[in-house]
Amino acid sequence: MASTAPKSTRSLASLDWLYDPKTRAIIFQIALLVGVAVLIIEIVLNTAANLRAQNIATGFGFLHKPSGFDISQTLIPYSSTSSYGRVFWVGLTNTLLVALLGIVLATVLGFVIGLARLSANWLVARLATVYVEIVRNVPLLLQLLAWYFTLLISLPSPQADFRLPLGIGVSNRGIYLPAPVWRPGMVAVIVALIAGIAGAVAIGAWARRKRLETGAQVPAFWYGLAAVVVPPLLVFLALGAPMTFEVPKLGRYNFEGGLVLLPELIALLLGLTLYTAAFIAEIVRGGIEAVPRGQKEAARALGLRPWQVQRLVVIPQAMRIIIPPLTNQYLNLTKNSSLAVAIGYPDLVSVFAGTVLNQTNQAVEVILITMGVYLGISLLTALAMNWFNARMALVER
Amino acid sequence: MRHATVIFALAAAAFVTTAARAATLAEVKDRGELRCGVNIGLAGFSAPNDKGEWQGLDVDFCRAVASAIFKDPTKIKFVPLSAKERFTALQSGEIDLLSRNTTWTMSRDTEQGLNFVGITYYDGQGFLVKKSLGITSPAQLAGASICMQTGTTNELNVADYFRTRGLSFDPVVYEKNEEAINAYNLGRCDAYTTDSSGLYAQRIKLADPDANEVLPEVISKEPLGPVVRQGDDEWANLVQWTLFAWLNAEELGIKQANVDEMLSSPNPEIRRLLGVEGDFGKGIGLDDDWAYRIVKNVGNYGESFERNLGKGSRLKIARGLNRLWTNGGLHYAPPIR
Repeated sequence: MASTAPKSTRSLASLDWLYDPKTRAIIFQIALLVGVAVLIIEIVLNTAANLRAQNIATGFGFLHKPSGFDISQTLIPYSSTSSYGRVFWVGLTNTLLVALLGIVLATVLGFVIGLARLSANWLVARLATVYVEIVRNVPLLLQLLAWYFTLLISLPSPQADFRLPLGIGVSNRGIYLPAPVWRPGMVAVIVALIAGIAGAVAIGAWARRKRLETGAQVPAFWYGLAAVVVPPLLVFLALGAPMTFEVPKLGRYNFEGGLVLLPELIALLLGLTLYTAAFIAEIVRGGIEAVPRGQKEAARALGLRPWQVQRLVVIPQAMRIIIPPLTNQYLNLTKNSSLAVAIGYPDLVSVFAGTVLNQTNQAVEVILITMGVYLGISLLTALAMNWFNARMALVER
Repeated sequence: MRHATVIFALAAAAFVTTAARAATLAEVKDRGELRCGVNIGLAGFSAPNDKGEWQGLDVDFCRAVASAIFKDPTKIKFVPLSAKERFTALQSGEIDLLSRNTTWTMSRDTEQGLNFVGITYYDGQGFLVKKSLGITSPAQLAGASICMQTGTTNELNVADYFRTRGLSFDPVVYEKNEEAINAYNLGRCDAYTTDSSGLYAQRIKLADPDANEVLPEVISKEPLGPVVRQGDDEWANLVQWTLFAWLNAEELGIKQANVDEMLSSPNPEIRRLLGVEGDFGKGIGLDDDWAYRIVKNVGNYGESFERNLGKGSRLKIARGLNRLWTNGGLHYAPPIR
C-alpha cells in the first residue's frame, strides 16, 4: 500500500477540488435540488397525463361555470347562478369570519381563565382548572356536535315567536337581529367617528409627551373616549337619527328580514372559542408564572401599586413568552374551523372542497387551491404575530 | 376517512400508471375479490343488517357481478362511501365498480372519467315534510329551511326548482345523510329532500314516522345506476350485461327457486341466458353459466327489488316506474343472442 501511495496522489492531484469540503457541499446541494425538482416535475406531468388518459377534465376553467346550488350564509352577493369562483370567495369569507371572531373571543376568554387559574381565590382557581382540564381533553369534533345538537334541541321553533328585547328573534333556525338601515346622513356620522378616532390618537400622543416632559399625569383614556364617542353622537342627533332598524318579522316558516346568526355559526364559534381558550389559558398562566419573582419584588420595592406591577412589569415580560405559542393557537383555530363541514356551516372546506369538488370532480385543482388558501392564511397570521412579537421583544439598552 | 380518500386519490392520480387500468377483469380475478363501492347506509339500497351483512338492491347488484365472475358470491369487499367520496374512489382505482344510488347525468358521464352502464332504479327527487304543515306541493315551501346532503344532484335540482318559480328557500347542507335527517328530526328544517326512495328509507328511521309524509310530487329525473371507470370497454360490457341478465331473468320468469329446473326448459331464450345453448360468456371473458350463477346466488331483479324495497321489506315502495316494460314500467333489457 505504502509504495503505491505517491503514484495515486500524483494522478489524483487534478481532482483535488473534489476533496474540498466546501465544493463537495455545494455539489451535494445542487444534486439534491435537481433531484427534488425532477421529482416534482415528474409528479405534475404524470398527474396531468393520467387525468388526460382517464378523460377527466383539467384546468381552472371550471371556476367560471355557474354553480347551480344555494348557500345558507353568504357575506358577499351570491345566488345559484353565480360562478364556482364566486363560491370560493363565499367559502373563504365565511372561514375568515369564523377565524377572526374565534381568535378574538378565544383570546379574551383565554386571558380571563388564565388569570383566574392564578387567582388567590381558591374556588375561582379550581373552577378554572376544572374547565381547562375538561375542555382541552375532549375531541373538538365531539364538542362541536354536542353544541350544535344541544342548540337545535334547546332553542324554540320559529313558530313560538320567542323574542328578546329590541325585537331580537330567537329560534333553532338562528338568532335574528334587527338590521341597521342606513339613510344618506349616515356618511357624516362615519366621518365624525373617523375624525374622533384621529383626535383620540392625537390626545394620546400629547399626553405621553407631556408626561415625559413634565411628569404630570393626564387622564388621556377618558379624553380619548370622549373624542371617539361625543362627535359622532352629536352629528347623529343633529341629523335626526339617519339610521333605523329593521326588526325581523315572523313569516310562514321562519323569521324574515334582519341579520341572522345561523345555529351552525353559533355552534362553531362556541366550540372553537371554548376549546382554544383552554389552551390559551394555559399559555397565559405559564407565561405569567415564568416571570421571575424578583421582578415583582423589585417593582414593589420601587413603590408601584399592585396593578402597576402587573401592567408595567409582569405582563410586558410575560407577553414575550406568551406570543409565540399564542400564534400556534391562532393557526390551530383557523385550521380547526374546517371541522365546520360536520355541522353544516358553509366554510371553505364545506362549499368549495366539498360541494364544488363533487359537482366538478376536479379534485386535484380544488384541493390544491384549498391547501394554498390555508397555507396563505396561516403564513399571514404568523407574519402578523411575528411583527407583534418583534415589537414586544426585550429592547436591550 | 374523508381526507384519507381525497389524499389517496391525489397520490394515486400522481403515481399510478394508467397502463394497468385497462384490464379490470384480470385485476379482479388476480386479486380474488371484487371491490364494490356502496352507500354507507341507505335502507333498501345498501346498509349492514343486524348481523353485519350488507343488504340492499345496490349490494345485490355487486353480488350479481361477483357471482358472474367467481363461483363464490362472497368474494366481494364492500367499500362504504359518502356522496362526496364516491367518484374519487372509482377514479383512483380504490374500487372496481360503484353501485351506490348514483344519478346518471351528462357531465358525470362525459367529463369525469366515469362510465354509466345502465339503470337499476328509476327515481325522482322528493320532499319529506311534517304532516302538520298541511302542504301538498314543494312550491309551498317558499321561505322554508330545507335540509339536504352535499355533493348530490339534489342540491342542484332544488336550487333550479325554486329559482325557476321565482321563490327562495334556506338551504342547510350536511356532509352525511345521518346528520341531515337528524337535523330535520330536531326541527332545524321544515323539509328534508333527497331521492324519493331515500325519503322512504329515512322516514322509517324517524322518531315518529307517521307524523311525517313524503310529498307525492317529484321535481327531477334521477336514474340511478352502476358506474365504472372510462377506458375499459370489456369491464363495462361485463357489468352492463350482468344488469341485463338480471332483468331478462325476471322477464323470462327465472327465479332463484326454479333456476335449476329452468336449465331443462325448451325456451331458447332461457337456454341462451343460462348458458345451455351458445357461448355468450366468452364475449365478456367468463364461463357460459355466468348468468345462471347470478340468479342462483342473488335471484332475479324483481326478487331483489321485493326483498329489499318492496313488499318483503319495511319500506314497502311500490314498483311504479321500476316494473318491467312488459308490466307497464321502464325496465327494458336488450336480448341475449
